[in-house]
Amino acid sequence: MKKTQTTGVKEPFLRIARREDVTTKGSILIRAAAIIAALVVDALFIFLVTGLNPVSVYVVMFTGTFGNFMRFKWAVEELAKLLLVGIALAPAFKMRFWNIGAEGQVLMGGLATAFCMIYFGNTLPTWLLFVTMFVTSIAIGALWGIIPAFFKARWNTNETLFTLMMNYVAIQLVAFATNTWRGQASSLGRINPGTEAGWFPSIMGQRCTINIIVIAILTVAMFIYLKYTKHGFEIAVVGESENTARYAGINVRKVILRTMAISGAICGLGGLFIVAGNSQTIATTSAGGRGFDAIIVAWLAKFNTFYMVLISFLIVFLEKGASQIATSYSIMNDYSADVISGIILFFILGSEFFINYRLIFRNGGKNA
Amino acid sequence: MEYAIELRGITKTFGEVIANNNISLAVRRGEILSLLGENGSGKTTLMNMLSGIYYPDAGQIFVDGKEVTIRTPKDAYALGIGMIHQHFKLVDVFTAAENMTLGMEDGSSLKLKDVKQKIREICDKFGFHVDPDKKVYDMSVSEKQTLEIVKVLYRGAEILILDEPTAVLTPQETEQLFAVIRNMKAHGKAVIIITHKLHEVLSISDRVSILRKGEYIGTVDTADATELSLTEMMVGQKVELNIDRPTPKNPSPRIVVEHVTCLSPEGVKMVDDVSFTAYGGEILGIAGISGCGQKELLEAIAGLQTVEAGGSITYYAPGETEKRELIGCSPREISQLGVSLSFVPEDRLGMGLVGSMGMTDNMMLKNYMNGKSPFTERKAPRILAEKIREELEVVTPGISTPVRRLSGGNVQKVLVGREIASSPTVLMTAYAVRGLDINTSYTIYHLLNEQKAKGVAVIYVGEDLDVLLALCDRILVLCGGKLNGIVDGREATKEGVGLMMTNLASEGGEA
Amino acid sequence: MSIVLQSLIAWITRTVMFGTVIMYGSLGETMTEKSGNLNLGVPGIMYLGAFGGFASAYYYSTLAENPSKILCILIALLCAFLASAFGGLIFSFLTITLRANQNVTGLALTTFGMGIANFFGVFVLDGSVSVKAEFANQAFKTPIPGLCRIPIIGDVLFSYGFLVYLAVILAVVLHFFLTKTKSGLNLRAVGENPATADAAGVNVSKYKYLATCIGAGISGIGGLYYVLDYNNGIWATTGNIENLGWLAVALVIFTTWKPLNAIWGSYIFGLLYWLYQYLPDIFGIYVPSDLMRMTPYVVTIIVLVVTSLRKQRESQPPAALGLSYFREER
Repeated sequence: MKKTQTTGVKEPFLRIARREDVTTKGSILIRAAAIIAALVVDALFIFLVTGLNPVSVYVVMFTGTFGNFMRFKWAVEELAKLLLVGIALAPAFKMRFWNIGAEGQVLMGGLATAFCMIYFGNTLPTWLLFVTMFVTSIAIGALWGIIPAFFKARWNTNETLFTLMMNYVAIQLVAFATNTWRGQASSLGRINPGTEAGWFPSIMGQRCTINIIVIAILTVAMFIYLKYTKHGFEIAVVGESENTARYAGINVRKVILRTMAISGAICGLGGLFIVAGNSQTIATTSAGGRGFDAIIVAWLAKFNTFYMVLISFLIVFLEKGASQIATSYSIMNDYSADVISGIILFFILGSEFFINYRLIFRNGGKNA
Repeated sequence: MEYAIELRGITKTFGEVIANNNISLAVRRGEILSLLGENGSGKTTLMNMLSGIYYPDAGQIFVDGKEVTIRTPKDAYALGIGMIHQHFKLVDVFTAAENMTLGMEDGSSLKLKDVKQKIREICDKFGFHVDPDKKVYDMSVSEKQTLEIVKVLYRGAEILILDEPTAVLTPQETEQLFAVIRNMKAHGKAVIIITHKLHEVLSISDRVSILRKGEYIGTVDTADATELSLTEMMVGQKVELNIDRPTPKNPSPRIVVEHVTCLSPEGVKMVDDVSFTAYGGEILGIAGISGCGQKELLEAIAGLQTVEAGGSITYYAPGETEKRELIGCSPREISQLGVSLSFVPEDRLGMGLVGSMGMTDNMMLKNYMNGKSPFTERKAPRILAEKIREELEVVTPGISTPVRRLSGGNVQKVLVGREIASSPTVLMTAYAVRGLDINTSYTIYHLLNEQKAKGVAVIYVGEDLDVLLALCDRILVLCGGKLNGIVDGREATKEGVGLMMTNLASEGGEA
Repeated sequence: MSIVLQSLIAWITRTVMFGTVIMYGSLGETMTEKSGNLNLGVPGIMYLGAFGGFASAYYYSTLAENPSKILCILIALLCAFLASAFGGLIFSFLTITLRANQNVTGLALTTFGMGIANFFGVFVLDGSVSVKAEFANQAFKTPIPGLCRIPIIGDVLFSYGFLVYLAVILAVVLHFFLTKTKSGLNLRAVGENPATADAAGVNVSKYKYLATCIGAGISGIGGLYYVLDYNNGIWATTGNIENLGWLAVALVIFTTWKPLNAIWGSYIFGLLYWLYQYLPDIFGIYVPSDLMRMTPYVVTIIVLVVTSLRKQRESQPPAALGLSYFREER
């Protein structure tokens, strides 16, 4: 039963075989077809549930991102944050290390940042404060990544479940910290509202300018790191086959630890950007599910950071569009974003099958 | 007398390769038939068509005189055919009894008590010992095999097929197994046993059918056979291969292996106290039935296997007397010692190359770390890839096409090409021509001879005796992980080497 | 009654009810994972179950002239099961038939399930912050008559709705199914070594589909229990189901994939989770609630590490967990 027989009286009606020969054009076509099919299903869903004209709903959705400059700017800000986490996951996933813990790594980076802003905000000179924030957020993010990597490398502890659990440890730590720091207030609010110590400076009128510039640089840097450096080569070999890696003289454990440190550190940087460059506060929802969305981004982009820009954009576009729908139509609400994007994701995930496999129909067997 | 099972004119091809060509054989009840042949002669493929794993392209199968079709393992079970595969099909965390019942669909509740009772009955009847409550992961290899046999009997098999059952057993365990098989014969079962160990064939079977390179050679009564006559049928007449064999020029010791012992993860001795010297400027062949420690021995030299204490592997650089100990070094440390060691492993895409990468990236695999720059250097590998593509006539759409998409022969050219390009002083190859067509095979032989002429110590692990005898200066024969002697490649006979592969001499070899 | 005793009883009842939610979640996920499918869509599936159960019970009790408690319970259970099994079906189709990555599909399912439940939930809420299904709440909350009046023991043991006891029974049944039936044996074989199961004649895809869909259905009952009993029949968009869903996934690891362990494991998680509220009264100690709520996850991590260290075969995840099976790629 290991192999489906290729000849004889009982060739199955439908056989599935792996294929390696899909062209870039072909795979783009398959994915595009999947998105169109998903949009049709979404349209049916919208029409059947709400009775609204799906086309006009899609038009409103489009304005969620492209309606005016403000909305576009917000969308770009969101895109940058999601993209950063995707970039962080790329090396880990390329190594076939399932880092589901980005949410927690981002939160820990943010927590470290907030800690520095609160305790050193009024004592350290500005430049030193920024250096401290930068170093601590990266270090703690890396630590959050190294812990599961250490156990994976040493004892093959399941990293999917380990990193997943680490998220909730981080969330509770943040909850503890914010509840302590807020004192009698109902929420933490912006940190250092008077002195603005530790806030990223406004550049070109936008406080998020630094975020966007750095993330743009990182997008290119990570692409280069994975494709053109010795580290990137090692990551690719370890991900493909540990046996080959050992044959090539690669120290597999070292590569796992190093790669997860990088992955966690970039997540920590994401925390820094969200806290210092964006909201100037921290809450358990600061990572906002980006750690999970980014997994989808990284996976669908096949670890290519430039594709990640596109996929991140798609997800942000859907979210922004859905909240626009919710404000425009009383019958719709914010959650429609999750439904619509969920359906699109299912279709894209399903479409991978048609890229990787070929269907072979039986052509006139004896018993057909 | 009617045959329990009969094959008539069975043919099976995989793509271009004819695995079985018009093969007919038959077994009676209460009879043990040995199916004898070298590696790749098509024994397992033939038997897999009886157990429902493959479906023949042509030919007929009769069970008890009636023509049958076998499409799935379930069909085979229903006809009373049970096969014990070389790689056991058992769930590790289940007990023996649980493994027995797996996939059986009579009744819903798991009456393990009844199962255990039946296991005991089977064991008593045939003289097995199986603990029904023992977990498979706690079992030794021979216990697992016994379990597989009992499982097949439990499912009501009247015709048993055993695929190289003794390959993993100790001599004592083999004796026990044979006692059990004789007992099954006494109970009227038909037994087919695949093997290439001649003394076992002679001791256990009633008749022997011989396959060679997918062809049916003949069937003889064991009583009329001798080891020599069987070997002749199995290996055939010596085939004159037109392979060059220049005389080695001032060979000097390059690698000295002393008392090397390697264990498998399960603790079985895969290489057992092996010592030999490989000289620069010669090709040292390693012959043996597959799985006799060839892989582990090469991996030990390459720094990929742990060697038990007491062994040593010493390297002498060409023209130097200074020696370097390789045991305990990782592959990178070996190359940092200045030892240029090339290794073409058996598993080409799972170890030697990265399937998803193109030729260029695969060229970098072993030397990407050279140089201080953090970036990989792709210019030289690209030139090398182009050179190999041209000189070895690698058929590929491009040097960046994932090598997984290339045919087996082209994959091997890429791998061998890379290993030779690093100008090695030691070149080890494992089954370098397996699955390759004649032309590619000759290309590889030619490349090896070139290396030999350059003074490289070439170690060639092979399975085709004709090639070993035509190519190698000396041939080291392994048998069950032990060194069974080293013979001169120019003087040794095919029968001689064949006998050494299958019979462990008590002291050394005949050389 | 002393305040200590009162607090103790309150703590235990809270624990039992909390434990029941995650016990359903983890029993369903255990069933799924036994087939080798790691479904990270549990929070979404529990949301689907919660909404399916709540909406059907709510509309039945408001629309029917003489609503019957039994019928209300049956309708709610059926709808919760079907809604969440539908989530399992999506997961199965994508990962088994189309061989999509299990982790990514599961996470997408979590988003989707939460989205669907809350999207339609807004219609039920119809502008208000929360809606209460009073009738259904009463039906599901009915304690064991008579016994629940026994002082102390009645409060601790018999004061709960029937789903609390059903969860325990289900754990025992699932244990029995996995260890004592042929189908259970085949299912475990599929999760451990699909190639061997396949060769032995087990229909691998069928087992994976069934285990994943039924498992999702069971997890969904946890969502229903959360809304209609634990949360007093109140549907609000500020639900805590997502957290509980992840806790259920943690519980599967904590129990080392054994349903019987889920009985005490879920209560331990409950005790730890609510400890902070009762510590001051019972022990006179103050510990920050957030750090206490961290303990189930920390304990789970420790269990995960210890099992991988000890390499005891019985405590390992199913060997083929997270991998899709394709016969031609051995």
